[in-house]
Amino acid sequence: MSNYTHKKKVALLVTCLVDQALPDIGVSTVNVLRRAGYDVAFPSAQTCCGQPSYNSGFHDEAKKLARRTIDIFVDYEAVVLPSGSCTTMIRKEYPQLFKNDPKYYYLALRLAKKTFELGEFLNKEGKLPQAEATEPKTAVTYHDSCHMCRMLDLRDEPRQALTAHGYSIIEMETSDRCCGFGGVFSVRMPEISNAMTADKLHEARKTGMKTMVTSDPGCLIQMRGLLQEDDDLKIEHIATMLDKAG
Amino acid sequence: MIHTGCTVTQFRQEATQTIGNASLQKALRGATAHFVDGRQAAFDAFPDGEAIRDHLKEIRGATISNLAFYLEQFEQNAQAAGTIVHWARNAEEAAAIVTSIARENGVMLAAKSKSMATEEIKLNHALEAADVRVVETDLGEWIIQLAGESPYHIIGPAIHKTKEQIVDLFEEYRGRPLADTSIAALTAEARHILRQQFLEAGIGISGGNMGVAETGSLVLVTNEGNGRMVTTLPRIHVAVMGIEKIAPDWDAAAAWLSLLARSATGQPMSIYTTVVTGPRRPEDADGPEEVHIVLLDNGRASLADTSSRKADYAEILQCIRCGACLNVCPVYGESGGHAYNSPYSGPIGAVISPLLFGLEKYAALPHASTLCGACVDVCPARIDLPRMLLALRADEVEQGIPSPFEQFAERAGTAVMGNAHLFNLAGKMAGWGQKMFTKNGTFTPPINPTLDRNLPIRPQKSFRDLWNDLDTD
Ligand code: SF4
Repeated sequence: MSNYTHKKKVALLVTCLVDQALPDIGVSTVNVLRRAGYDVAFPSAQTCCGQPSYNSGFHDEAKKLARRTIDIFVDYEAVVLPSGSCTTMIRKEYPQLFKNDPKYYYLALRLAKKTFELGEFLNKEGKLPQAEATEPKTAVTYHDSCHMCRMLDLRDEPRQALTAHGYSIIEMETSDRCCGFGGVFSVRMPEISNAMTADKLHEARKTGMKTMVTSDPGCLIQMRGLLQEDDDLKIEHIATMLDKAG
Repeated sequence: MIHTGCTVTQFRQEATQTIGNASLQKALRGATAHFVDGRQAAFDAFPDGEAIRDHLKEIRGATISNLAFYLEQFEQNAQAAGTIVHWARNAEEAAAIVTSIARENGVMLAAKSKSMATEEIKLNHALEAADVRVVETDLGEWIIQLAGESPYHIIGPAIHKTKEQIVDLFEEYRGRPLADTSIAALTAEARHILRQQFLEAGIGISGGNMGVAETGSLVLVTNEGNGRMVTTLPRIHVAVMGIEKIAPDWDAAAAWLSLLARSATGQPMSIYTTVVTGPRRPEDADGPEEVHIVLLDNGRASLADTSSRKADYAEILQCIRCGACLNVCPVYGESGGHAYNSPYSGPIGAVISPLLFGLEKYAALPHASTLCGACVDVCPARIDLPRMLLALRADEVEQGIPSPFEQFAERAGTAVMGNAHLFNLAGKMAGWGQKMFTKNGTFTPPINPTLDRNLPIRPQKSFRDLWNDLDTD
């Protein structure tokens, strides 16, 4: 590795939510990737992967945004996202969406193979720091977003990324129960959505932890939305935590 | 109770009532948690469970894709055993078949065991309109019959009722207060009342958990033994079963049964498994003189037909109605069963109701989900319910069902998202707009579509605005 001169280039797909509402998470993602030795590119034409339209059944609209996203990212060596949900959209749903499109089906498969969620990417590349055998810095609890754990099967990877950065994880009961977000669902059926979020926060509080970490900006916005102003519990993105730990 | 469909507004209203009703919440949470824990323990003690789920998925898939073949085989073998087989294209036909059997035999009272298919065809309604009194003999079904409600859960029709409510219902039925209101006394009371009905009933009506093609047998599982009474005591037994509930042979039936009760209640087997192969034979000690099976299509065949537009949905016919998906569904856990306004609730209800009863009528149900996928984790046939919810949403768009506002918003939103500068500008403008309603760092919009949830504030600089400072290499 010592005579490794060419830094691997990764493209950051920052996601529309992070870009417009939570830019700090994007900055942390860049910091973490750079510290792991990557050259980070931010293709500035990117906007949204099209998941909101897709999940509402608007396939034509979703395809427009998906084609753009494919065109913008398909030639990079790897694409990294601070979101399990948007990673799922690209990896699992794009190929579905373009099943009958001679050109984009192939391109969708190509992009799917090199698109990774942040914690997953660091794990897979062996770029996690060797955790020191000292006392862990902070104990946190971890919320498995539905896309992370059930669609991408990423349960251990984010936890390993956190522990390698010196955190310890105190598990809550049903850490993989949905937080109530569900994209447009959270606006279409807000009473139910909020009741689900309240349940989730209740479970998190029972651990006594001050921080709940998640890998999805959607869940984060949703759950922060029901915190009190001076709440004992904070909800943070995994990129923020990894960045902070250095 | 006649189900008329479900709009988003209806679903929300019904769910809001459930969420605000502490005792209902408690009953609902208690029952579903009990089922979930039971299922988990049952699978923990059943090392082959996961492999048998794979197997069940395969055999159900293979059966559904050759459904006509197995149905014919089932009919032939059932007829050979002396069963009279009827085919019903829709709910009305099915209800009419059962009603005319009752009428022709001068039946005044019908004893029923729990059956979702008869809920689907609104059989009680049809029978009562023909002056045949119907008594539900499953305790839960009887309770909701007394209450004039529809089932709250596929396998636990009355899980939403508290003990106090049940006491009230019994007292009203008896017309006098009960001396002893312990659960044991209530059960004894119900048994006493229902026993009499079995003896008086001229016809026994059941559903069918499964039909086994190789022998033409009907399989019925119950925990109270009422299924056995309904199928043996009255002179005539009529079963109503969806055409998809076919197992090719007893080998498949064994795999099916090994998962059904485990997934439903966590039992290795239901207490009673009843197999009906034709009416009583001369050497039999008991049993009905006539056995009828009504095979109900009601939209199912078009789902199985791979040349039809709905071919995407054939997988839903693999369902064995165990109810496991309801118990783990966080939306069902908040909304409860009645919000779906359909005999079928929860994830399976959200998929099957629009498919069988009309997408426009049940347009809200495909949206009553966060697509979290918890249902797939537990479904014994590993049915990909979220995939079908997504497909139904796409069908709604194709059929122009979403509101003009939503259609406009989608198109406008996509146009903005199609250009990074426009997108960033729209974000900036939203941020300026937010400023007007932001005090001390809290954004309080005049109308909050998320109700009491705080919305994030769009910061001065988006990530792309910050990128130039970051891009130092
Ligand atoms: S969809 Fe699966 S989990 Fe739900 S009732 Fe049917 S078989 Fe059971």
